[in-house]
Amino acid sequence: MANKPYNEMYLPDGATRPHYLSYGRWLNEQPADRLSQKRAEADALFHRVGITFAVYGQEEGAERLIPFDIVPRVLPLEEWLRLEAGLKQRVRALNSFLHDIYHDQQILKAGVVPAEQVLCNSQYRPEMQGVDVPGGIYAHIAGIDIVRDDAGEFRVLEDNLRVPSGVSYMLENRKMMMRLFPELFSAHRVAPVDHYPDVLLDNLRSVAPTGVADPTVVLMTAGAHNSAYFEHAFLAQQMGIELVEGQDLFVRDEAVFMRTTQGPQRVDVIYRRIDDDFLDPLVFRPDSMLGVPGLLTAYRAGRITIANAIGTGVADDKSIYPYVPEMIRFYLGQSPIIGNVHTWILRKKEDKDYVLAHLPELVVKEVHGAGGYGMLIGPASTKAEIESFRQQIIATPERYIAQPTLALSTCPTFAGDGLAPRHIDLRPFVLSGRDVTIVPGGLTRVALREGSLVVNSSQGGGTKDTWVLEA
Amino acid sequence: MLSRTADHLYWMSRYIERAESLARLVDAHYRMSLLPHSGDTLAQSLSSTMTALHMEEAYRQRHDTIEPRAVFDFVSLDREYSGSIISCLRAARENARAVRGSLTSELWETLNSTWLDARALIARSGSKPDIGQFVEWVKERSHLTRGVTIGTMLRDEAFHFTRIGTFLERADSTARILTAHQTDLKPGADAGAVPDPFEWSVLLRALSAFEVYRRVYRDVITPVKVAQLLILHDNMPRSLLRCCKEVYQNLKSVANEHSAETERRAGEMHAMLHFTRMENILATGLPEFLEEFLGRVRNLGDRIASDFLLPPAEA
Repeated sequence: MANKPYNEMYLPDGATRPHYLSYGRWLNEQPADRLSQKRAEADALFHRVGITFAVYGQEEGAERLIPFDIVPRVLPLEEWLRLEAGLKQRVRALNSFLHDIYHDQQILKAGVVPAEQVLCNSQYRPEMQGVDVPGGIYAHIAGIDIVRDDAGEFRVLEDNLRVPSGVSYMLENRKMMMRLFPELFSAHRVAPVDHYPDVLLDNLRSVAPTGVADPTVVLMTAGAHNSAYFEHAFLAQQMGIELVEGQDLFVRDEAVFMRTTQGPQRVDVIYRRIDDDFLDPLVFRPDSMLGVPGLLTAYRAGRITIANAIGTGVADDKSIYPYVPEMIRFYLGQSPIIGNVHTWILRKKEDKDYVLAHLPELVVKEVHGAGGYGMLIGPASTKAEIESFRQQIIATPERYIAQPTLALSTCPTFAGDGLAPRHIDLRPFVLSGRDVTIVPGGLTRVALREGSLVVNSSQGGGTKDTWVLEA
Repeated sequence: MLSRTADHLYWMSRYIERAESLARLVDAHYRMSLLPHSGDTLAQSLSSTMTALHMEEAYRQRHDTIEPRAVFDFVSLDREYSGSIISCLRAARENARAVRGSLTSELWETLNSTWLDARALIARSGSKPDIGQFVEWVKERSHLTRGVTIGTMLRDEAFHFTRIGTFLERADSTARILTAHQTDLKPGADAGAVPDPFEWSVLLRALSAFEVYRRVYRDVITPVKVAQLLILHDNMPRSLLRCCKEVYQNLKSVANEHSAETERRAGEMHAMLHFTRMENILATGLPEFLEEFLGRVRNLGDRIASDFLLPPAEA
């Protein structure tokens, strides 16, 4: 890493940044044992409430906690407003792109995005070609991963447009902070986030099939053994809607119903938290037990809204990511407010040659990988690991992209006995329906291991409360 | 509400009730085992109880003889056996987790803590937990769960299915405990006191009925009065009549267009217990009566499942 990472709390000369001044004073006044006692309290509460994620292959009840760090990540209002504008702009462009590629494909005809990148992508769903979805919205819920580079610039690292998760931790982290340190919230004007479920429900109702006056919305989960099950149950409860599994739904005369104790009840909007592949065994994976036979027929007939739409995966693919700034120019005629991270596309020969010559200093990612799996972090890898990746790249270059190793910004975090800087990112949740709305802030993830850049919960990451300070 | 949700709620409460019933039985026998000269009576009572609960075969696969301490451990703590108290607590928690959004957070947290604590208790290697303390704790957790259910849940379908599960399980359990302890009672047999008052007091204590018995009858323990209290006494919370009344009333509150026959049968069971007399039951024979009753409970459970919980695939 060439440059020192940007520290969210402290200036390079060691002084506290203005938006952290008041929190920093409070922190200095806290006796060490009070803070460690509060940390233990937080752990016990998370366990009892069952705010956990299931670990595949472990016994029932062995769900794990995602470590919670009590030092908040604070964003001043002016930084947030700029981020917010950039996120809205980006998600608008992504929705325009999805509508376009499933209709006229103007962006492909104009040569802005290579046609085969889209049409030959495994995430492109030909079944969606020509299908009109309400409001032309495909990615109703988007989780956009933002990092801050060593120059202090925000950049988009990744778009998550399929079934982004983590919003329950944003909400529970805030609840936990208010419970542990109520005094902080009377001393700071922290923008509230707890209306997220209301905004989400309103957003989902706004995209119901036309003509449905009082739509019934359900949340569809793969079940209690899914790793994000807590979030599914939590959101359904907060919105007051049914949490359904595939077996609870059936399709009759191109309409979707759920089985209730009082007989079949019509469903209008499905907020699904399972992947496209499992939605309808008649169309996608025939071995899927999670889906609803005939769902796609009802969908194509416009009798049900599925959020996110089927086929959004093509727009958050890492091979499409480099073109998003161009999409913003193409559809909105604007220049991007938040930039991308520079990305080498290894299917291009000159990019591949550069990357192969610089592997030890780059991050290489699999185009379809997620969750921090299938990636190489050059500076943190052994020679053998790098060589093995080199062979994979040479064999199938189109499966990879590469990026410079970013010096992700850091935030003070409890580690061992005291505070130490740890790398963080930010996932705001962008809701698109009648309007585009974002609850201020998002989920801050933190890499708890010293020097680690991987913030994913499956790889030892934790989370923090995220504050947007209103004044 | 979703049929699957109702199904999980129903089984959640059945499993908690089952854990409590087993804890009561273990508790009563455990106390008995602390008294001198209880050996034969105790072994006899444990054996007939396990038979009535269909636990004997699984026990025999693990042990050759009825050894009180081994029985207590098996019934309470055997994680490999799906009918043990610990397995019931896990099943209750797994059912609750599947529908945690339909529970109040207090109820979910209660069931979750129960399982986490139970797991921590048996995970402590070396010494086994004290059985007396363990079953006492299980009873307390069950009381707490029931209190939280009644104190926090909206009186909607979710509540009624929870209650149906509780009382159907309790009816089943009381009938089985009676089956295990019945003597061949004949009409007019009430003249004498019980042959072994000891065993009957264990039975009464297992059902929180010992003090109730004294209050209601102010008399020595006689088998017919015990049976009368546990079968026909309307105000006795664990009697068959009381359980059937609760099942019937909760069932009426969730009626749907298919459930008329199920409701009728539940009403019939309740009416039968309400209007019959002990002499009629003894004329039929207590074993026959209990066997028929258990059959009806099973039938009612099946009908509730097909009417509400697992409706057949739609045409």
